[in-house]
Amino acid sequence: MRGNGPESDIVMSSRIRLARNLADFPFIRKCTAKDRTAIALEVHRALDSLPLSADTEYVDVAKLGDLDRQFLMERQLISHELNESQGARAVILDPNECFSIMVNEEDHLRIQVIQSGLDLEAAWQRMDQLDNQLESKLTYSFTKRLGYLTACPTNVGTGLRVSVMLHLPALVATKQIDKVFRALNKINVAVRGLFGEGSQFMGDFYQISNQTTLGKNETALVAKVREVVPRLIEYERKAREFLVSENHQDLHDNVSRALGILCTAKKISSEETMHYLSKVRMGVNLGLIDNVKIPTVNKLFIHTQPAHLQKLCGRKLSVTDRNIERAIYLQQHLVKRPDSESN
Amino acid sequence: MKCQHCEKPATFHITELTEPKGPSILHLCEEHARVFLAGEGSATPASALTSILEKQLKMDKVADELAASDKKTCPVCGLTFADFRKGGRLGCAYDYIAFEEDIEPLLINIHGAIKHAGKIPTNLSGSPERQQRLMQLKNEMKDSVAREDYETAGKLRDKIQAIEMGDDAAWSDPETSDEDEEDLGDDNFQSQPSPEA
Repeated sequence: MRGNGPESDIVMSSRIRLARNLADFPFIRKCTAKDRTAIALEVHRALDSLPLSADTEYVDVAKLGDLDRQFLMERQLISHELNESQGARAVILDPNECFSIMVNEEDHLRIQVIQSGLDLEAAWQRMDQLDNQLESKLTYSFTKRLGYLTACPTNVGTGLRVSVMLHLPALVATKQIDKVFRALNKINVAVRGLFGEGSQFMGDFYQISNQTTLGKNETALVAKVREVVPRLIEYERKAREFLVSENHQDLHDNVSRALGILCTAKKISSEETMHYLSKVRMGVNLGLIDNVKIPTVNKLFIHTQPAHLQKLCGRKLSVTDRNIERAIYLQQHLVKRPDSESN
Repeated sequence: MKCQHCEKPATFHITELTEPKGPSILHLCEEHARVFLAGEGSATPASALTSILEKQLKMDKVADELAASDKKTCPVCGLTFADFRKGGRLGCAYDYIAFEEDIEPLLINIHGAIKHAGKIPTNLSGSPERQQRLMQLKNEMKDSVAREDYETAGKLRDKIQAIEMGDDAAWSDPETSDEDEEDLGDDNFQSQPSPEA
Protein backbone atom coordinates (compact mmCIF):
# COMPACT_ATOMS: atom_id res chain seq x y z
CA MET A 1 0.00 0.00 0.00
CA ARG A 2 2.56 2.52 -1.13
CA GLY A 3 -0.10 4.74 -2.65
CA ASN A 4 1.15 4.65 -6.20
CA GLY A 5 0.25 2.64 -9.27
CA PRO A 6 -2.76 3.02 -11.58
CA GLU A 7 -6.04 4.28 -10.03
CA SER A 8 -4.36 4.37 -6.63
CA ASP A 9 -6.88 6.84 -5.18
CA ILE A 10 -9.38 3.96 -5.13
CA VAL A 11 -7.39 0.78 -5.81
CA MET A 12 -4.99 0.09 -2.96
CA SER A 13 -3.39 -3.12 -4.20
CA SER A 14 -3.64 -6.02 -6.62
CA ARG A 15 -2.90 -9.46 -5.26
CA ILE A 16 -2.59 -12.91 -6.77
CA ARG A 17 -2.09 -16.13 -4.89
CA LEU A 18 -1.56 -19.73 -5.92
CA ALA A 19 -2.22 -22.83 -3.82
CA ARG A 20 0.20 -25.71 -4.41
CA ASN A 21 0.81 -29.05 -2.70
CA LEU A 22 3.83 -31.33 -2.83
CA ALA A 23 3.01 -34.72 -4.34
CA ASP A 24 4.99 -36.75 -1.82
CA PHE A 25 3.08 -35.65 1.27
CA PRO A 26 -0.52 -35.85 2.46
CA PHE A 27 -2.47 -32.59 2.72
CA ILE A 28 -1.97 -30.58 5.90
CA ARG A 29 -4.78 -32.12 7.99
CA LYS A 30 -3.19 -35.57 7.60
CA CYS A 31 0.42 -34.39 8.00
CA THR A 32 2.42 -35.64 10.95
CA ALA A 33 4.83 -33.28 12.71
CA LYS A 34 7.59 -35.04 10.75
CA ASP A 35 5.79 -34.43 7.43
CA ARG A 36 5.43 -30.72 8.20
CA THR A 37 9.12 -30.40 8.99
CA ALA A 38 10.05 -32.34 5.84
CA ILE A 39 7.80 -30.10 3.68
CA ALA A 40 9.35 -26.94 5.14
CA LEU A 41 12.82 -28.36 4.53
CA GLU A 42 12.05 -29.33 0.93
CA VAL A 43 10.66 -25.88 0.14
CA HIS A 44 13.60 -24.19 1.87
CA ARG A 45 16.06 -26.24 -0.22
CA ALA A 46 14.18 -25.51 -3.45
CA LEU A 47 14.28 -21.78 -2.72
CA ASP A 48 17.97 -21.84 -1.94
CA SER A 49 18.65 -23.27 -5.39
CA LEU A 50 16.64 -20.55 -7.18
CA PRO A 51 18.15 -17.33 -8.53
CA LEU A 52 16.11 -15.15 -6.16
CA SER A 53 17.36 -11.97 -4.54
CA ALA A 54 20.04 -12.63 -1.94
CA ASP A 55 17.92 -10.76 0.59
CA THR A 56 14.99 -13.15 0.26
CA GLU A 57 14.33 -14.27 3.78
CA TYR A 58 13.12 -17.63 5.05
CA VAL A 59 11.26 -17.02 8.30
CA ASP A 60 10.49 -19.90 10.65
CA VAL A 61 7.05 -18.79 11.85
CA ALA A 62 6.92 -21.46 14.58
CA LYS A 63 9.88 -19.77 16.25
CA LEU A 64 8.41 -16.26 16.14
CA GLY A 65 6.77 -14.64 19.14
CA ASP A 66 3.13 -13.52 19.14
CA LEU A 67 4.03 -9.92 18.35
CA ASP A 68 6.18 -10.76 15.33
CA ARG A 69 3.53 -13.06 13.93
CA GLN A 70 0.85 -10.43 14.36
CA PHE A 71 3.15 -7.89 12.75
CA LEU A 72 3.48 -10.07 9.63
CA MET A 73 -0.27 -10.58 9.61
CA GLU A 74 -0.93 -6.84 9.75
CA ARG A 75 1.31 -6.44 6.72
CA GLN A 76 -0.73 -9.20 5.02
CA LEU A 77 2.41 -11.28 4.54
CA ILE A 78 0.99 -14.17 6.51
CA SER A 79 -2.61 -15.25 7.02
CA HIS A 80 -4.65 -15.59 10.18
CA GLU A 81 -4.49 -19.38 9.69
CA LEU A 82 -0.68 -19.44 9.53
CA ASN A 83 -0.49 -17.13 12.54
CA GLU A 84 -2.78 -19.31 14.67
CA SER A 85 -1.82 -22.84 13.60
CA GLN A 86 0.67 -25.12 15.35
CA GLY A 87 3.70 -27.05 14.13
CA ALA A 88 6.40 -26.40 11.54
CA ARG A 89 5.42 -23.51 9.27
CA ALA A 90 7.25 -20.74 7.51
CA VAL A 91 7.01 -17.70 5.32
CA ILE A 92 9.46 -16.67 2.64
CA LEU A 93 9.69 -12.92 2.27
CA ASP A 94 10.88 -10.87 -0.64
CA PRO A 95 12.89 -7.83 0.59
CA ASN A 96 10.52 -5.46 -1.24
CA GLU A 97 7.45 -7.34 -0.02
CA CYS A 98 6.48 -8.00 -3.65
CA PHE A 99 5.89 -11.65 -2.90
CA SER A 100 5.59 -13.98 0.02
CA ILE A 101 5.32 -17.75 0.20
CA MET A 102 3.57 -19.36 3.12
CA VAL A 103 4.57 -22.93 3.91
CA ASN A 104 2.18 -25.33 5.70
CA GLU A 105 -0.84 -23.07 5.68
CA GLU A 106 -4.09 -24.65 4.41
CA ASP A 107 -2.02 -26.00 1.51
CA HIS A 108 1.69 -26.84 1.55
CA LEU A 109 2.46 -23.67 -0.39
CA ARG A 110 0.54 -20.44 -0.70
CA ILE A 111 2.44 -18.14 -3.04
CA GLN A 112 1.31 -14.53 -3.19
CA VAL A 113 2.35 -11.57 -5.28
CA ILE A 114 1.26 -8.04 -4.37
CA GLN A 115 1.41 -4.93 -6.55
CA SER A 116 0.52 -1.40 -5.56
CA GLY A 117 -2.52 0.02 -7.38
CA LEU A 118 -4.39 -1.75 -10.15
CA ASP A 119 -1.92 -3.94 -11.98
CA LEU A 120 -3.19 -7.50 -12.10
CA GLU A 121 -1.50 -8.36 -15.38
CA ALA A 122 1.93 -7.47 -13.99
CA ALA A 123 1.12 -9.36 -10.79
CA TRP A 124 0.14 -12.46 -12.78
CA GLN A 125 3.27 -12.31 -14.95
CA ARG A 126 5.47 -12.13 -11.90
CA MET A 127 3.53 -14.95 -10.27
CA ASP A 128 3.67 -17.17 -13.36
CA GLN A 129 7.43 -16.74 -13.47
CA LEU A 130 7.87 -17.47 -9.76
CA ASP A 131 5.59 -20.51 -10.02
CA ASN A 132 7.59 -21.87 -12.99
CA GLN A 133 10.82 -21.41 -11.06
CA LEU A 134 9.46 -23.27 -8.03
CA GLU A 135 7.92 -25.94 -10.21
CA SER A 136 11.33 -26.74 -11.69
CA LYS A 137 12.48 -27.74 -8.20
CA LEU A 138 9.35 -29.21 -6.62
CA THR A 139 6.87 -31.90 -7.66
CA TYR A 140 3.31 -30.69 -7.25
CA SER A 141 0.15 -32.74 -6.89
CA PHE A 142 -1.52 -32.44 -10.27
CA THR A 143 -3.85 -34.30 -12.61
CA LYS A 144 -4.65 -33.28 -16.17
CA ARG A 145 -8.34 -33.52 -15.41
CA LEU A 146 -8.56 -31.53 -12.17
CA GLY A 147 -5.35 -29.50 -12.36
CA TYR A 148 -3.50 -28.58 -9.18
CA LEU A 149 -4.98 -30.53 -6.28
CA THR A 150 -5.73 -28.55 -3.13
CA ALA A 151 -6.85 -29.35 0.41
CA CYS A 152 -10.15 -27.60 -0.19
CA PRO A 153 -12.08 -28.30 -3.41
CA THR A 154 -12.88 -24.57 -3.65
CA ASN A 155 -9.28 -23.96 -4.80
CA VAL A 156 -8.76 -26.96 -7.08
CA GLY A 157 -7.74 -26.47 -10.73
CA THR A 158 -5.68 -23.35 -11.07
CA GLY A 159 -5.34 -22.79 -7.31
CA LEU A 160 -5.59 -19.14 -8.25
CA ARG A 161 -7.13 -16.33 -6.24
CA VAL A 162 -7.05 -12.91 -7.88
CA SER A 163 -7.96 -10.03 -5.64
CA VAL A 164 -8.10 -6.28 -5.74
CA MET A 165 -8.31 -4.14 -2.62
CA LEU A 166 -10.51 -1.08 -3.06
CA HIS A 167 -11.21 1.94 -0.91
CA LEU A 168 -14.92 2.67 -1.33
CA PRO A 169 -15.90 5.29 1.28
CA ALA A 170 -18.40 7.15 -0.92
CA LEU A 171 -20.30 3.98 -1.86
CA VAL A 172 -20.52 3.25 1.86
CA ALA A 173 -21.57 6.82 2.71
CA THR A 174 -24.28 6.84 0.03
CA LYS A 175 -25.47 3.39 1.19
CA GLN A 176 -25.01 1.86 -2.26
CA ILE A 177 -22.39 -0.67 -1.23
CA ASP A 178 -24.84 -3.54 -0.58
CA LYS A 179 -26.34 -3.13 -4.02
CA VAL A 180 -22.87 -3.34 -5.55
CA PHE A 181 -22.07 -6.50 -3.55
CA ARG A 182 -25.24 -8.22 -4.64
CA ALA A 183 -24.42 -7.47 -8.28
CA LEU A 184 -20.88 -8.82 -7.85
CA ASN A 185 -22.03 -12.01 -6.17
CA LYS A 186 -24.31 -12.70 -9.12
CA ILE A 187 -21.30 -12.83 -11.42
CA ASN A 188 -19.25 -15.06 -9.07
CA VAL A 189 -17.05 -12.30 -7.73
CA ALA A 190 -16.62 -12.43 -3.95
CA VAL A 191 -16.34 -9.41 -1.66
CA ARG A 192 -14.57 -9.35 1.70
CA GLY A 193 -13.50 -6.77 4.23
CA LEU A 194 -9.91 -5.60 4.67
CA PHE A 195 -8.76 -8.46 6.82
CA GLY A 196 -10.31 -11.22 4.78
CA GLU A 197 -12.75 -13.84 5.89
CA GLY A 198 -15.00 -13.37 8.84
CA SER A 199 -13.77 -10.01 10.06
CA GLN A 200 -15.74 -6.80 10.06
CA PHE A 201 -15.19 -4.38 7.22
CA MET A 202 -12.80 -1.76 8.51
CA GLY A 203 -11.96 1.60 7.05
CA ASP A 204 -14.21 1.10 3.99
CA PHE A 205 -11.67 -1.26 2.39
CA TYR A 206 -13.07 -4.10 0.36
CA GLN A 207 -11.38 -6.93 -1.42
CA ILE A 208 -12.97 -8.38 -4.51
CA SER A 209 -11.84 -11.75 -5.83
CA ASN A 210 -12.79 -14.65 -8.08
CA GLN A 211 -14.96 -17.36 -6.55
CA THR A 212 -14.17 -20.16 -8.98
CA THR A 213 -10.77 -21.68 -9.76
CA LEU A 214 -11.64 -24.59 -12.05
CA GLY A 215 -12.73 -24.64 -15.70
CA LYS A 216 -11.08 -21.40 -16.82
CA ASN A 217 -7.43 -20.64 -17.36
CA GLU A 218 -5.44 -18.19 -15.24
CA THR A 219 -5.57 -15.34 -17.73
CA ALA A 220 -9.36 -15.64 -17.99
CA LEU A 221 -9.71 -15.63 -14.20
CA VAL A 222 -7.49 -12.56 -13.93
CA ALA A 223 -9.54 -10.85 -16.67
CA LYS A 224 -12.80 -11.68 -14.91
CA VAL A 225 -11.79 -9.80 -11.77
CA ARG A 226 -9.99 -7.12 -13.80
CA GLU A 227 -13.06 -6.30 -15.85
CA VAL A 228 -15.32 -5.48 -12.90
CA VAL A 229 -12.81 -3.09 -11.33
CA PRO A 230 -13.29 -0.16 -13.76
CA ARG A 231 -17.02 -0.26 -13.09
CA LEU A 232 -16.49 -0.19 -9.33
CA ILE A 233 -14.07 2.70 -9.75
CA GLU A 234 -16.65 4.51 -11.85
CA TYR A 235 -19.43 3.90 -9.26
CA GLU A 236 -17.19 5.12 -6.44
CA ARG A 237 -16.20 8.25 -8.41
CA LYS A 238 -19.84 8.98 -9.20
CA ALA A 239 -20.75 8.58 -5.53
CA ARG A 240 -17.90 10.95 -4.60
CA GLU A 241 -19.07 13.48 -7.20
CA PHE A 242 -22.58 13.20 -5.82
CA LEU A 243 -21.37 13.83 -2.28
CA VAL A 244 -19.35 16.84 -3.44
CA SER A 245 -22.14 18.39 -5.50
CA GLU A 246 -25.10 17.67 -3.20
CA ASN A 247 -23.58 18.15 0.24
CA HIS A 248 -20.29 19.91 -0.33
CA GLN A 249 -20.33 21.63 3.03
CA ASP A 250 -21.46 18.56 4.95
CA LEU A 251 -18.75 16.50 3.30
CA HIS A 252 -16.08 19.11 3.93
CA ASP A 253 -17.22 19.35 7.54
CA ASN A 254 -17.27 15.58 7.91
CA VAL A 255 -13.74 14.94 6.62
CA SER A 256 -12.33 17.95 8.50
CA ARG A 257 -13.84 16.73 11.77
CA ALA A 258 -12.33 13.30 11.12
CA LEU A 259 -8.91 14.91 10.71
CA GLY A 260 -9.58 17.02 13.81
CA ILE A 261 -10.25 13.95 15.94
CA LEU A 262 -7.14 12.16 14.65
CA CYS A 263 -5.03 15.26 15.35
CA THR A 264 -6.33 15.97 18.84
CA ALA A 265 -7.45 12.71 20.46
CA LYS A 266 -5.45 11.60 23.48
CA LYS A 267 -6.60 7.97 23.35
CA ILE A 268 -7.83 6.22 20.23
CA SER A 269 -8.58 2.59 19.28
CA SER A 270 -7.45 1.07 15.99
CA GLU A 271 -11.06 0.70 14.79
CA GLU A 272 -11.75 4.37 15.39
CA THR A 273 -8.47 5.29 13.72
CA MET A 274 -9.37 3.26 10.62
CA HIS A 275 -12.80 4.84 10.52
CA TYR A 276 -11.49 8.42 10.55
CA LEU A 277 -8.43 7.73 8.39
CA SER A 278 -10.79 6.44 5.74
CA LYS A 279 -12.69 9.76 5.75
CA VAL A 280 -9.43 11.71 5.67
CA ARG A 281 -8.21 9.62 2.75
CA MET A 282 -11.33 10.46 0.77
CA GLY A 283 -10.99 14.15 1.80
CA VAL A 284 -7.42 14.28 0.51
CA ASN A 285 -8.38 12.57 -2.77
CA LEU A 286 -11.20 15.09 -3.28
CA GLY A 287 -8.98 18.07 -2.55
CA LEU A 288 -10.88 18.97 0.63
CA ILE A 289 -7.83 18.39 2.84
CA ASP A 290 -4.62 19.79 1.46
CA ASN A 291 -1.98 19.48 4.15
CA VAL A 292 -1.89 15.69 4.28
CA LYS A 293 -0.49 13.39 1.60
CA ILE A 294 -1.99 10.05 0.51
CA PRO A 295 1.21 8.04 1.17
CA THR A 296 1.13 9.37 4.76
CA VAL A 297 -2.47 8.24 5.20
CA ASN A 298 -1.71 4.82 3.70
CA LYS A 299 1.25 4.44 6.01
CA LEU A 300 -0.86 5.38 9.04
CA PHE A 301 -3.42 2.68 8.21
CA ILE A 302 -0.66 0.10 8.63
CA HIS A 303 1.46 1.65 11.37
CA THR A 304 -1.40 2.31 13.78
CA GLN A 305 -2.33 -1.37 13.96
CA PRO A 306 -1.51 -3.01 17.32
CA ALA A 307 1.62 -5.02 16.46
CA HIS A 308 3.12 -2.24 14.31
CA LEU A 309 2.60 0.30 17.05
CA GLN A 310 4.30 -1.95 19.61
CA LYS A 311 7.18 -2.55 17.20
CA LEU A 312 7.54 1.20 16.70
CA CYS A 313 7.56 1.76 20.46
CA GLY A 314 9.98 -1.12 20.91
CA ARG A 315 7.98 -2.79 23.67
CA LYS A 316 4.79 -4.67 24.50
CA LEU A 317 1.89 -2.38 25.34
CA SER A 318 -1.47 -2.92 27.03
CA VAL A 319 -4.61 -1.92 25.10
CA THR A 320 -4.86 1.36 27.03
CA ASP A 321 -1.20 2.20 26.47
CA ARG A 322 -1.60 1.37 22.79
CA ASN A 323 -4.53 3.76 22.50
CA ILE A 324 -2.42 6.52 24.06
CA GLU A 325 0.65 5.77 21.89
CA ARG A 326 -1.56 5.60 18.79
CA ALA A 327 -2.92 9.07 19.47
CA ILE A 328 0.61 10.43 19.91
CA TYR A 329 1.78 8.74 16.71
CA LEU A 330 -1.15 10.13 14.72
CA GLN A 331 -0.48 13.67 15.95
CA GLN A 332 3.18 13.40 15.03
CA HIS A 333 2.24 12.56 11.46
CA LEU A 334 -0.89 14.60 10.87
CA VAL A 335 -0.52 17.86 12.77
CA LYS A 336 1.01 20.64 10.69
CA ARG A 337 4.67 21.20 11.44
CA PRO A 338 5.41 24.69 12.82
CA ASP A 339 7.60 25.49 9.79
CA SER A 340 4.79 24.74 7.33
CA GLU A 341 2.25 26.91 9.12
CA SER A 342 1.49 30.31 7.72
CA ASN A 343 0.87 33.33 9.98
CA MET B 1 -37.89 -48.47 20.87
CA LYS B 2 -38.85 -51.70 19.10
CA CYS B 3 -41.42 -52.07 16.32
CA GLN B 4 -44.85 -53.17 17.56
CA HIS B 5 -44.80 -56.11 15.16
CA CYS B 6 -41.20 -57.33 15.23
CA GLU B 7 -37.80 -56.99 16.93
CA LYS B 8 -36.45 -54.27 14.62
CA PRO B 9 -36.05 -50.70 15.90
CA ALA B 10 -39.10 -48.52 15.34
CA THR B 11 -38.08 -45.71 13.01
CA PHE B 12 -41.65 -44.59 12.15
CA HIS B 13 -43.95 -43.12 14.72
CA ILE B 14 -47.35 -42.72 13.10
CA THR B 15 -50.20 -40.86 14.76
CA GLU B 16 -53.44 -42.29 13.41
CA LEU B 17 -56.15 -39.61 13.59
CA THR B 18 -58.96 -41.58 11.94
CA GLU B 19 -59.50 -44.11 14.74
CA PRO B 20 -62.99 -43.85 16.25
CA LYS B 21 -61.58 -43.94 19.79
CA GLY B 22 -59.42 -40.91 19.16
CA PRO B 23 -55.82 -40.60 17.98
CA SER B 24 -53.62 -43.65 18.42
CA ILE B 25 -49.89 -43.83 18.00
CA LEU B 26 -48.09 -46.62 16.13
CA HIS B 27 -44.41 -47.40 16.47
CA LEU B 28 -43.18 -49.34 13.45
CA CYS B 29 -40.03 -50.42 11.69
CA GLU B 30 -39.54 -49.32 8.10
CA GLU B 31 -40.83 -52.61 6.69
CA HIS B 32 -44.02 -52.69 8.77
CA ALA B 33 -44.60 -49.00 8.17
CA ARG B 34 -44.61 -49.70 4.44
CA VAL B 35 -47.16 -52.52 4.90
CA PHE B 36 -49.33 -50.36 7.15
CA LEU B 37 -49.27 -47.39 4.80
CA ALA B 38 -49.91 -49.54 1.71
CA GLY B 39 -53.09 -50.91 3.36
CA GLU B 40 -54.30 -47.51 4.50
CA GLY B 41 -53.69 -45.66 1.30
CA SER B 42 -57.13 -45.94 -0.32
CA ALA B 43 -59.20 -42.74 -0.39
CA THR B 44 -59.28 -42.28 3.39
CA PRO B 45 -58.42 -38.99 5.07
CA ALA B 46 -55.15 -40.63 5.95
CA SER B 47 -54.08 -40.75 2.32
CA ALA B 48 -52.45 -37.32 2.54
CA LEU B 49 -50.39 -38.53 5.44
CA THR B 50 -49.56 -41.65 3.48
CA SER B 51 -48.03 -39.77 0.62
CA ILE B 52 -46.00 -37.66 3.01
CA LEU B 53 -44.60 -40.72 4.69
CA GLU B 54 -43.99 -42.43 1.39
CA LYS B 55 -41.84 -39.46 0.54
CA GLN B 56 -40.12 -39.76 3.85
CA LEU B 57 -39.32 -43.40 3.07
CA LYS B 58 -37.75 -42.30 -0.17
CA MET B 59 -35.85 -39.60 1.65
CA ASP B 60 -34.56 -42.23 3.98
CA LYS B 61 -33.10 -43.91 0.94
CA VAL B 62 -31.22 -40.70 0.17
CA ALA B 63 -30.04 -40.64 3.76
CA ASP B 64 -28.88 -44.24 3.33
CA GLU B 65 -26.91 -43.26 0.27
CA LEU B 66 -25.40 -40.35 2.17
CA ALA B 67 -24.47 -42.66 5.01
CA ALA B 68 -22.83 -45.00 2.48
CA SER B 69 -20.81 -42.09 1.05
CA ASP B 70 -19.80 -41.05 4.53
CA LYS B 71 -18.31 -44.48 5.18
CA LYS B 72 -16.05 -44.38 2.11
CA THR B 73 -12.43 -44.29 3.18
CA CYS B 74 -9.39 -43.17 1.21
CA PRO B 75 -6.97 -46.12 0.94
CA VAL B 76 -4.00 -43.75 1.00
CA CYS B 77 -4.63 -41.36 3.90
CA GLY B 78 -7.47 -43.09 5.74
CA LEU B 79 -9.79 -40.06 5.66
CA THR B 80 -13.49 -40.92 5.52
CA PHE B 81 -15.90 -38.87 3.46
CA ALA B 82 -17.67 -37.99 6.73
CA ASP B 83 -14.38 -36.50 8.02
CA PHE B 84 -14.21 -34.37 4.89
CA ARG B 85 -17.82 -33.25 5.22
CA LYS B 86 -17.16 -32.21 8.80
CA GLY B 87 -13.87 -30.38 8.29
CA GLY B 88 -14.16 -29.22 4.68
CA ARG B 89 -10.55 -30.19 3.98
CA LEU B 90 -9.28 -33.26 2.18
CA GLY B 91 -6.55 -35.48 3.62
CA CYS B 92 -4.46 -36.19 0.52
CA ALA B 93 -4.43 -35.79 -3.25
CA TYR B 94 -5.75 -39.33 -3.73
CA ASP B 95 -9.03 -38.31 -2.03
CA TYR B 96 -10.01 -36.69 -5.32
CA ILE B 97 -9.93 -40.18 -6.86
CA ALA B 98 -11.21 -42.13 -3.85
CA PHE B 99 -14.27 -39.85 -3.44
CA GLU B 100 -14.64 -38.97 -7.11
CA GLU B 101 -18.40 -39.66 -7.34
CA ASP B 102 -19.13 -37.48 -4.33
CA ILE B 103 -16.70 -34.69 -5.11
CA GLU B 104 -17.78 -34.23 -8.71
CA PRO B 105 -21.25 -32.81 -7.91
CA LEU B 106 -19.55 -30.57 -5.36
CA LEU B 107 -17.16 -29.21 -8.01
CA ILE B 108 -20.07 -28.51 -10.37
CA ASN B 109 -21.75 -26.64 -7.53
CA ILE B 110 -18.70 -24.57 -6.65
CA HIS B 111 -17.06 -23.99 -10.03
CA GLY B 112 -19.69 -24.88 -12.62
CA ALA B 113 -17.00 -27.04 -14.18
CA ILE B 114 -15.17 -30.33 -13.68
CA LYS B 115 -12.24 -29.96 -16.06
CA HIS B 116 -9.02 -28.03 -15.52
CA ALA B 117 -8.27 -25.48 -18.23
CA GLY B 118 -5.21 -23.74 -16.83
CA LYS B 119 -1.48 -24.25 -16.47
CA ILE B 120 0.10 -27.67 -16.84
CA PRO B 121 3.39 -28.22 -15.03
CA THR B 122 6.33 -29.54 -17.04
CA ASN B 123 6.89 -32.11 -14.31
CA LEU B 124 3.81 -34.35 -14.38
CA SER B 125 5.07 -36.97 -11.96
CA GLY B 126 2.97 -35.52 -9.13
CA SER B 127 -0.12 -37.46 -10.15
CA PRO B 128 -1.94 -39.02 -7.18
CA GLU B 129 -2.45 -42.26 -9.17
CA ARG B 130 1.31 -42.48 -9.55
CA GLN B 131 1.80 -41.82 -5.84
CA GLN B 132 -0.81 -44.41 -4.95
CA ARG B 133 0.74 -47.00 -7.32
CA LEU B 134 4.18 -46.35 -5.82
CA MET B 135 2.83 -46.78 -2.32
CA GLN B 136 1.05 -49.99 -3.31
CA LEU B 137 4.18 -51.45 -4.96
CA LYS B 138 6.33 -50.52 -1.98
CA ASN B 139 3.90 -52.25 0.38
CA GLU B 140 3.83 -55.34 -1.86
CA MET B 141 7.62 -55.38 -1.93
CA LYS B 142 7.75 -55.18 1.86
CA ASP B 143 5.32 -58.11 2.09
CA SER B 144 7.39 -60.15 -0.39
CA VAL B 145 10.53 -59.54 1.62
CA ALA B 146 8.70 -60.57 4.78
CA ARG B 147 7.64 -63.81 3.02
CA GLU B 148 11.26 -64.24 1.87
CA ASP B 149 9.95 -64.23 -1.73
CA TYR B 150 12.96 -62.36 -3.05
CA GLU B 151 12.21 -63.02 -6.70
CA THR B 152 8.91 -61.14 -6.55
CA ALA B 153 10.49 -58.47 -4.37
CA GLY B 154 13.18 -57.96 -7.02
CA LYS B 155 10.59 -57.56 -9.78
CA LEU B 156 8.63 -55.10 -7.68
CA ARG B 157 11.79 -53.12 -6.97
CA ASP B 158 12.46 -52.87 -10.71
CA LYS B 159 8.90 -51.61 -11.28
CA ILE B 160 9.28 -49.02 -8.52
CA GLN B 161 12.57 -47.86 -9.97
CA ALA B 162 11.03 -47.61 -13.45
CA ILE B 163 8.28 -45.36 -12.10
CA GLU B 164 10.70 -43.28 -10.10
CA MET B 165 12.91 -42.87 -13.18
CA GLY B 166 9.94 -41.35 -14.99
CA ASP B 167 8.47 -44.29 -16.91
CA ASP B 168 4.83 -43.14 -16.99
CA ALA B 169 3.62 -46.33 -18.71
CA ALA B 170 4.64 -48.26 -15.59
CA TRP B 171 1.89 -46.67 -13.51
CA SER B 172 -0.72 -45.05 -15.75
CA ASP B 173 -3.84 -46.99 -16.56
CA PRO B 174 -4.84 -46.45 -20.22
CA GLU B 175 -8.53 -46.75 -19.31
CA THR B 176 -8.44 -43.68 -17.12
CA SER B 177 -6.74 -41.51 -19.72
CA ASP B 178 -7.64 -37.87 -19.50
CA GLU B 179 -7.60 -37.15 -23.16
CA ASP B 180 -11.14 -38.02 -24.16
CA GLU B 181 -12.86 -36.45 -21.16
CA GLU B 182 -15.85 -34.36 -22.00
CA ASP B 183 -15.15 -30.70 -21.45
CA LEU B 184 -17.78 -29.22 -19.19
CA GLY B 185 -15.67 -26.27 -18.22
CA ASP B 186 -17.17 -23.89 -20.74
CA ASP B 187 -19.10 -20.76 -20.00
CA ASN B 188 -22.31 -22.34 -21.20
CA PHE B 189 -22.20 -24.52 -18.12
CA GLN B 190 -22.71 -21.58 -15.85
CA SER B 191 -26.19 -20.49 -15.08
CA GLN B 192 -25.06 -17.05 -13.97
CA PRO B 193 -25.83 -14.02 -16.12
CA SER B 194 -22.96 -12.28 -17.82
CA PRO B 195 -21.51 -9.17 -16.15
CA GLU B 196 -23.09 -7.02 -18.86
CA ALA B 197 -26.58 -8.21 -17.95
